[in-house]
Amino acid sequence: MNAKSNQPGKFSAGVKEYRETYWEPHYAPKDSDILACFKVVPQPGVPKEEVAAAVAAESSTGTWTTVWTDLLTNMDYYKGRAYKIEDVPGDPESFYAFVAYPIDLFEEGSVVNVLTSLVGNVFGFKALRTLRLEDVRFPLHYVLTCGGPPNGIQVERDKLNKYGRPLLGCTIKPKLGLSAKNYGRAVYECLRGGLDFTKDDENINSQPFMRWRNRFESVMEAVNQAETETGERKGHYLNVTAGTVEEMFKRAEFAKELGSRIIMHDFFTAGFTANTSLANWCRDNGMLLHIHRAMHAVVDRHPNHGIHFRVLAKCLRLSGGDHMHSGTVVGKLEGDRDATLGWIDCMRDSFIKEDRSRGIFFDQQFGTMPGMIPVASGGIHVWHMPALVNIFGDDSCLQFGGGTLGHPWGNAAGACANRVAVEACVQARNEGDEIEKNGREILTKAAKYSPELAAAMETWKEIKFEFDTVDKLDVQN
Amino acid sequence: MSEDVLTVQNYHSLIGDIASRKYETFSYLPEMTAEEMKAQIQYIIDKEWDVAIEHVEPTRTKNTYWYMWKLPMFGEWNIDTVMEEIEACSKAYPNHHVKVIGYNKLKQSQGTAMVVRRASV
Repeated sequence: MNAKSNQPGKFSAGVKEYRETYWEPHYAPKDSDILACFKVVPQPGVPKEEVAAAVAAESSTGTWTTVWTDLLTNMDYYKGRAYKIEDVPGDPESFYAFVAYPIDLFEEGSVVNVLTSLVGNVFGFKALRTLRLEDVRFPLHYVLTCGGPPNGIQVERDKLNKYGRPLLGCTIKPKLGLSAKNYGRAVYECLRGGLDFTKDDENINSQPFMRWRNRFESVMEAVNQAETETGERKGHYLNVTAGTVEEMFKRAEFAKELGSRIIMHDFFTAGFTANTSLANWCRDNGMLLHIHRAMHAVVDRHPNHGIHFRVLAKCLRLSGGDHMHSGTVVGKLEGDRDATLGWIDCMRDSFIKEDRSRGIFFDQQFGTMPGMIPVASGGIHVWHMPALVNIFGDDSCLQFGGGTLGHPWGNAAGACANRVAVEACVQARNEGDEIEKNGREILTKAAKYSPELAAAMETWKEIKFEFDTVDKLDVQN
Repeated sequence: MSEDVLTVQNYHSLIGDIASRKYETFSYLPEMTAEEMKAQIQYIIDKEWDVAIEHVEPTRTKNTYWYMWKLPMFGEWNIDTVMEEIEACSKAYPNHHVKVIGYNKLKQSQGTAMVVRRASV
């Protein structure tokens, strides 16, 4: 504690404890505040209130020492406040710190600016051992300053004329090394077999083995031919992610020129600024936008440090995207079931209620901002279909890469098997069947009239991905 | 299931063959029986969606706008009445596909849409 007098209105140089200014347990958050929940592991011996206040200070107006210019502004109005601390169930070392930030600390329509404060310098702060941003409540006032998804779920369905079932996709493999013409062949086979979408792998931008322009031309020929053949609307996520924004827009313009319905972007490696600009372009040009999330697991997988995926999902919804990868729960990639249900609500719903059993710390309103279609992709195949339809519902895109291309008869039969399986599950669900419980019977019955499905079921009958989840919800053991 | 199913087979679908055309939800399943149709209509009614019937020539399935059969049946919760209308539409246009739609007014969109009668092509 500083020895000098703290007479109000006088400048007193030196170091004050953070909690004197930034810990306000009686503060009632305003409807317009941005609220954040951090999971904090402090250095030994530092009181919780002091650490929580430090997080609030370092992520808003504060710095390590008092400065005279603090007195030139209304600090009471602009400062972030730690207003609550809570124990973390099952973890005595860490605690939750709740911080309220006045909306005027942030530029309108800029998740970049929000993240620069909330997950900026504070994450390197020495008084903390680890820090994780668990959830953020964006007030509706702020949400409405953001563009959001360029089209949204309903508009996408109307554009594609597809209702009452999940959409089906497939990432083309091998992910690197195919020529444009051979790549287009793989796309055509998948789409003629019954998939709605195929996807560029995220690694594919414009490498020497397949330059972007050649890929776009081959792929669109494949899409158009498959549409004529099946009479259904289809698309391929043309990846416009590039090393510069100028190049990104050049690719997007060419995709539009070729008549593509959808393009794709890797929002995290490319950055929120590029993503928001691209989303605006998509809104102006009636283009659907599929979002990949490479790099997300670097920041969201560790249970004690980083940013939870639900925060990234909310930020992306504000920045803009029509599809976003959400994990599968059942496939090869990480994803706790209840937590996944929580963040797919954050992607799709207008109002998400606080629900700790799903990891949702705040009520969240999105108002009339459209939702995004969650994309389940990674190590899934026909046997997972009943669980996927049950978990994700109709407003989802289920993507089977190996689970389409690995079919013993090839991509078209693999696609057909997945389409038969999803339709059989939807039909049974609509009839009131418990599809996850009776999945085997439903698929076996459908396979009687679909040899493609029978072959897929035989091929993948032994595959399971049963590893324990690393990032679990915080619960009492 | 035996190993035989794994032996590679041809996937038959042709641009020149109208029978290769699909028409979205449930077009990869066998044509529904009357009982199965009733179960799907019950699902639409249980969701409190409004039932509508549309039909089209098999060559035009990709089009957004099919022909409406009368008007959407707002507030109609009787499955048998819906079945009668499907029958009437099918009889009037025996060479058309007939589709049932569930309009979800809260989402200002279609909750589901499915072909329930298929024209022979």
